[in-house]
Amino acid sequence: MTALEGLFYGLGAAGLLVFLSGTVMVLTWLERKALARIQLRMGPMRVGPHGTLQPIADVAKLMTKEDITPSWADKRVFWLAPAALLMPALLVWVTIPMARDLVLRNLDMGLFYVIAVSVLSVMGLVMAGWGSANKYAMLGGLRAVGALISYEIPFILAVLGVAMLSQSMDITRIVDDQRSIAYIIVQPLGLFLFLVAGLAELGRTPFDIHHAESEVVGGPFVEYSGAHWAAFMLAEYINTFTVAALVVLLFLGGWRWPAMPGDGALHTLLSLIWFLTKTYFVILAIFWIRGTFPRLRIDQLMAFAWKVLVPLAFVNILLTGLVLYYDLGWWVLTILSLLSLAAAFYIIFGRYGSRAERMTVRVYSTRELGLKPAVRPQAAPPPDGSPVQVDKAPAAGA
Amino acid sequence: MPEGYALNWFAVILVAVVGLAAIGGMFLGNYLLAPKRPSAIKTSPYECGIEPAPFRWSQINVRYYVFAILFLIFDVEAVFLFPWAIIFLKSAPVVFYEMFIFVGILFFGVVYGWRKGVLQWK
Repeated sequence: MTALEGLFYGLGAAGLLVFLSGTVMVLTWLERKALARIQLRMGPMRVGPHGTLQPIADVAKLMTKEDITPSWADKRVFWLAPAALLMPALLVWVTIPMARDLVLRNLDMGLFYVIAVSVLSVMGLVMAGWGSANKYAMLGGLRAVGALISYEIPFILAVLGVAMLSQSMDITRIVDDQRSIAYIIVQPLGLFLFLVAGLAELGRTPFDIHHAESEVVGGPFVEYSGAHWAAFMLAEYINTFTVAALVVLLFLGGWRWPAMPGDGALHTLLSLIWFLTKTYFVILAIFWIRGTFPRLRIDQLMAFAWKVLVPLAFVNILLTGLVLYYDLGWWVLTILSLLSLAAAFYIIFGRYGSRAERMTVRVYSTRELGLKPAVRPQAAPPPDGSPVQVDKAPAAGA
Repeated sequence: MPEGYALNWFAVILVAVVGLAAIGGMFLGNYLLAPKRPSAIKTSPYECGIEPAPFRWSQINVRYYVFAILFLIFDVEAVFLFPWAIIFLKSAPVVFYEMFIFVGILFFGVVYGWRKGVLQWK
């Protein structure tokens, strides 16, 4: 390794950091605007034209805000938790390409590396929950573990389906393999699994039970302020961008577009533009989901992961393996994928009565649940058939 | 050792170092810029405005362990699945079918847990 290479990678790493920070600022503004528009509001309007300078004001505010450490906290864990969450979010970007040549270091085990590193972010949430010594934070941290490790399985298995299709874990090669047909068409089931599990990994609505504001008031982040809180937000938005980028790279053909010029700087520039355009479309879809879906309850969340997504992920691998091994042509996989997705939706939504019944909260009677009635038991009727003695209601005004 | 192996590690470690420096810089900037006026009320744990109860770390619901064990099983399985996914088209048929037997056994485990009611969060 030469000094020139060292300089190249040093500049690349610094540039990556600057790019990601800028992206986070754009995303915070975009999310507030998008959610506001969905709810028929204006969103941020005061700072700069259409509130475009709002993120800069936010940064200035967070940097000059007092960093409070709770007196009961486990101080070291409390201090290190934001860094433990932010580091994996940054490390993943070593190998995520934005164009063929626009990647810090293209690892030939890229997909495996991305999964292995991104799992580590659970640690940060648990450390934050534990270190804060706060009831809400502790509950939120535990919920984060439960949800994140459950959704990690379908996430990994969905990625595995892509690795099987392209027979490679090198992300650049996976994008090149989609030159004729994007994997969204070959494996729609895989895209569904990846997006849903990815949303759950991010802790975004409808899977945001670990920082559900109405239940655990922000969860692991409740005691944080100032730069520590900013680190959590940075990690969350970088992870959102990562998942959107991975959806684009693994399923939407990456930086590819029909009629691309050959090689050189123009190719790289156009690739970057297409990549960012597709990624921002996916991000807007994620914001749209946040604006429209209600939050799942924790039991629904866990059941959805283990009873729906994990079996579907196995079906996905089985179908992909069989179609590839017997060389049946990609359209067979498309049809089988869509069929199994439709079957899963039918099983979930088809058996719970009419739409009106599904949309209403069902109140179970105590008898149905097999519980003892809460009311005082009535005296058994006397055997001689005389009228049952009923407790007299207190007289009005007594 | 394959070509560029050291360079791979160098890139990863470099990003880690630069990232740690950036996070440290952010914390340091906050430390230098922000006011520091802690008080007993301000540093007490947040509990919706009421007096915090003497509680620090609670007991953990055992169900989290069950899910953690299930997760471990499948995560170890994933380590085996990834190399298989790359080579199964170039290998003998037994490689292809054997993985399905392996995954089938694990999936039977999930079904067993399901029937036992382990996956039900009450």
